[in-house]
Amino acid sequence: MRIPEQIRRLSVVVLIIVAGLLLTRYLVPASLVKQRVYRAASVKREIAREVRYAGGSICINCHEEVNEQKKKGYHKTLACETCHGPSAKHTEDPSAVKPFAPRERKFCPLCHEYNPSRPTGFPQITATAHNPLKPCITCHNPHDPVPPQVPRECSACHAEIARTKALSRHALLECTTCHTAPPKHKQIPRSVRPTKPESREFCAKCHDKGSPQKTAPKVDAATHGERYLCWECHYPHMPGEA
Amino acid sequence: MDQDKRDLLKGLILFIPAGGVIGALAKAVAAPAAAAGKEASARPETPGYDPTNHYYGMGIEVGKCIGCNRCVEACKQENDVPREPFFFRTWVERYVIKKDRSVVVETVGLKKEKRKEVVDQEDTLRSFFIPKLCNHCANPPCVQVCPVDATWSTEDGAVLVDKNRCIGCRYCIQACPYGARYLHPETRTADKCTFCYHRVVKGLLPACVEVCPTQARIFGDLKSQASRLVRFERMNKIHVLKPDLNTQPKVYYSGLDGEVR
Repeated sequence: MRIPEQIRRLSVVVLIIVAGLLLTRYLVPASLVKQRVYRAASVKREIAREVRYAGGSICINCHEEVNEQKKKGYHKTLACETCHGPSAKHTEDPSAVKPFAPRERKFCPLCHEYNPSRPTGFPQITATAHNPLKPCITCHNPHDPVPPQVPRECSACHAEIARTKALSRHALLECTTCHTAPPKHKQIPRSVRPTKPESREFCAKCHDKGSPQKTAPKVDAATHGERYLCWECHYPHMPGEA
Repeated sequence: MDQDKRDLLKGLILFIPAGGVIGALAKAVAAPAAAAGKEASARPETPGYDPTNHYYGMGIEVGKCIGCNRCVEACKQENDVPREPFFFRTWVERYVIKKDRSVVVETVGLKKEKRKEVVDQEDTLRSFFIPKLCNHCANPPCVQVCPVDATWSTEDGAVLVDKNRCIGCRYCIQACPYGARYLHPETRTADKCTFCYHRVVKGLLPACVEVCPTQARIFGDLKSQASRLVRFERMNKIHVLKPDLNTQPKVYYSGLDGEVR
């Protein structure tokens, strides 16, 4: 039987298509079309990525004494690498690679600079007013960061009040004239609080007309705003302003 | 002419089954090869790690976040995220709700000079930080839209991107309601938080959880009753972001403000 011309031509086309299908079937790698294969390869690549943060538990193996100190202090929830940076390389070759140690003043305020969005009670300072230019670690041990025994001045923490008072008529009065701060206040400021004047008689010691104090302005404490406490009208840290 | 037509039809009748037979043959030949491929795809995870035993999630205790950005820094270091301030796998937003109830949201910058530390307190009603990252949704819109099957949910609950398959069409970036994806400027592929998958399978914590100084981030296994995350879910009132979208996020927030979107 004579095969017609058009069948012959058509069969060539079909043969090419079949050959193409077979070729792609065997030449295209499974990693491109088989989901199980390319997923597994992708997971493998993901897992093979380099670990840079070693994780807290490994540091203790060598730095036990630092950990003993840190776990009792306020920084007990911090991982070593929070401050010292990624240190996986250091764990592999401790002598060749030293982790980063932040010693400059600009590092601690990343967490401790005053920011009204930070949760109440989180210890914060105003870096421009808090012992300016001194590196934090001269007074605070970062592994056990209690406030140093004596913040030399109340202004270290109460900078805003100190600045207000410095401009007021009470500028020459010490904080201790009106407040008594127990020594513990410097270590646990929120639990042990300084005293505050409680009665009109306290202000009257200087401001009553019968007071021996010479320079203070005088009023008759018995009649002047009798039903009110003095600081309900006069702000003691800026008493000029009523 | 009639003869030709009849031949053509005969030829076709012969030809079509012939194609079927060839196809069937090809399938029979290919079957063992496919089986071999299956063997090769046996789980390549670290020894002793079975992803079917885990299902990961993250908890965030909003009241503990101090906005220090250590998590963002750690994430960039661990995952080679570009340093530019608009590429993030995780980031921290600062919410300021003013007295007139208007809301100002800004991403906390990495450079301290660029941060506006103090807002006008007289005008502020309340203010707080919200850490954000990929929610690793159980019903992820980004996976649904990928045209090349380059992103998927693993058995242990992470949504990953296959960089070799991704064609950089950005469809997933558009689809994510949390803005958690970005186009990596060097690879030109979609990139996102992986829950630090390479760390988690080795028993380590994600880098952001590791360095968080106030433990505002909690990572754990939802399949383990003893995990910190399950404990966190038990002890707190939990909310997720945009629950109305039915994405079923696995990042759980406690103490979340209603203004957070």
